Amino acid sequence: MSEIFQRFGKTLGGIFVALVLLWLAGLVLVPGIYMVNAALTPRLPLALRGGPDDVYVLENFAYLLNHPNHGWIFVKTIWSSALVTFVTLLLCYPVAYWLAQVARKWQMRLMLVLMLVPYLMNEVLRGLAWYIILAFSGPLNAMLMGLGLLDEPHRWYGDGGVLAGMAYAYILFMLFPIYNAICTLDRDQINAARNLGSATWRIHRRIVLPHAKVGIATGCVFVFMMAAGSYVAPALLGAPGSRWFTQLVYEWFFEIGNWNRGAAYGVALMAMCLTVVLGLLALFRVNLTSAIK
Amino acid sequence: MLDMPRVAKMDTPGVLPGVSSPLPSAVSLNNVEMRFGPTRAVKPLSLDVQQGEFFSILGPSGCGKTTLLRLIAGILKPTAGQVFINGEDMAGVPQNMRATAMIFQSLALFPFMTVWENIAFGLEARGMAKKERRRRAQELLELIALPDHGGRLPGELSGGQRQRVAIARALAIQPKVLLLDEPLSALDLKLRQHMRAELRSLQKSTGVTFFYITHDQSEALAMSDRVAVMNAGTLQQVGTPHELYSRPGTRFVAEFVGETNVLSGSVSRIENGTAVLDCPEGRFAGRSTPGLREGAKARLYVRPEAMRIGDGNHNDLALTIERYDFEGAFATAHAVLEGSYPRRDVSVTISQQSLSSAPAIGAPFRAGFCARDAIVLPDE
Ligand SMILES: Nc1ncnc2c1ncn2[C@@H]1O[C@H](COP(=O)(O)OP(=O)(O)OP(=O)(O)O)[C@@H](O)[C@H]1O
Ligand SMILES: [Mg+2]
Repeated sequence: MSEIFQRFGKTLGGIFVALVLLWLAGLVLVPGIYMVNAALTPRLPLALRGGPDDVYVLENFAYLLNHPNHGWIFVKTIWSSALVTFVTLLLCYPVAYWLAQVARKWQMRLMLVLMLVPYLMNEVLRGLAWYIILAFSGPLNAMLMGLGLLDEPHRWYGDGGVLAGMAYAYILFMLFPIYNAICTLDRDQINAARNLGSATWRIHRRIVLPHAKVGIATGCVFVFMMAAGSYVAPALLGAPGSRWFTQLVYEWFFEIGNWNRGAAYGVALMAMCLTVVLGLLALFRVNLTSAIK
Repeated sequence: MLDMPRVAKMDTPGVLPGVSSPLPSAVSLNNVEMRFGPTRAVKPLSLDVQQGEFFSILGPSGCGKTTLLRLIAGILKPTAGQVFINGEDMAGVPQNMRATAMIFQSLALFPFMTVWENIAFGLEARGMAKKERRRRAQELLELIALPDHGGRLPGELSGGQRQRVAIARALAIQPKVLLLDEPLSALDLKLRQHMRAELRSLQKSTGVTFFYITHDQSEALAMSDRVAVMNAGTLQQVGTPHELYSRPGTRFVAEFVGETNVLSGSVSRIENGTAVLDCPEGRFAGRSTPGLREGAKARLYVRPEAMRIGDGNHNDLALTIERYDFEGAFATAHAVLEGSYPRRDVSVTISQQSLSSAPAIGAPFRAGFCARDAIVLPDE
């Protein structure tokens, strides 16, 4: 903080700090407080607001817990998001390592361009791409049947489709932090380990992974948060049996029109996500600021 | 103490080409060449390093020293020629199967591991049990005089301590040859001089062959049994520090190793091992060298400490003092040769005792040298 004042002087520094605070207040604090407030109040007709019934209750959260289905969807959303995170991590680590340490300059550029192109489209179109690929009479089924691997078309929409669509949608958010981290690894670290007789897997476990830890944690946080809050992929690629929790939130708000219950669901999701993320960071022994760096 | 390999056992009875000693050379290079695309970082060169020797490669930045070291370590494969270690051809032998260990220019200590873990890393890779590893690491820590630093991280050590940990880590895998890539370049002058002595005594006490790379000539001359001077991918001369200093074989060696004064002209006469050089500044004599021909262009080199102030010397020069550099035990007088164009600088070493009677700045004086203290090399 004092650094900012030193650098920009009192007036300009003060303006910057005020702007940041305003930004935080406007975009995080005020909607957040509104949400929590709404989640804790019962749904009342306009006439009863401010009356004796307008008190804080936990009824909206209790509804989520007691509902035969919603609790399960909640757990499944968190669990599936973790799975998406894990799958993208498994896919990205070798690619990031290859890009950062092995690939030649032109290979690296080509690969980065190829991977960036899909990101020039928006998330809906990216989801739609999988929607088309996975369609019942779509190219994937046609190909698999053509190869004789399937006798009749398979229904891909559902959990598998959602996972695939999400992994695809968020893969770069995993790739880039890890790639950046591995880029900064001194090549001689690897050379030295190999020179001392270390096998490749040990070099990764002892040298590359610890070095890339912060990047991995950052990527995991990004992907997990986005997957848990995703709406498009589950809506497009899901089946009735694979609803995502965000879809429930949406329904409460815009289809049923019960904002209080929707807010409670949203707050529950947010709280769970924060818990998982903080747990993840603790597990990696990374603190939040170094993760953001 | 540690059971470091003393002088190595004879691994192969055969005698290598160009090796007369019964033991195979620790390192032997046979017409080794390395290209990176169009650039030839190492031009075909051959070299023999004896067992237990402290051998240095000395050369300016970018001359291919690191590349040469990486060829020996097996990090790079030579585009031509062969590398022998202890008499065995290393073609196709991966780096972890070679009897070498490398100390990198950047040290490359593992920042997330403690000093113990760093030192034991090579042993861990060899599947040694944890307790045994720890014991060996502790022994090495005692060898490098850091017995209480095992629990620290590399970032918590001073530059000199990190240096020693890197050496211990390399020694842990009991290499026959230790490859050191300018390991002292990051240290300050005092520490560098201290570490020179330490490296030297470590080498003597372990008996491991040191293959040492540096661009610092005083470092190479101070520590090595033998030095190879390298320039632009070629070996210029291999010899003891004394040989290189007193009998440089090429122009590059004469100018790169130590301070020297140069006079250039053409050879007028060669007799009895003495060559007489006709220069615009006069006629000077020095020791003749092979390859010198009468009438050809040549250069005469004479060290500042071989210059004698006063009249009546052979090889007399008329000089004007520009400044003195005091170096403690002696001073160096930087003078200009009178009437030389373009101007030619000559430096003269003046001992502490004769400093009071030395010529004043700006004053003309005469100085000369004996023909046997100067060397005349062909101007290639
Ligand atoms: N991987 C590489 N690809 C292409 N050129 C290289 C490569 N490694 C080294 N070179 C080139 O080979 C030459 C020798 O490099 P090298 O690193 O061996 O020099 P050096 O003598 O160790 O220099 P320094 O004292 O600065 O470390 C340089 O011209 C360098 O640009
Ligand atoms: Mg180098």
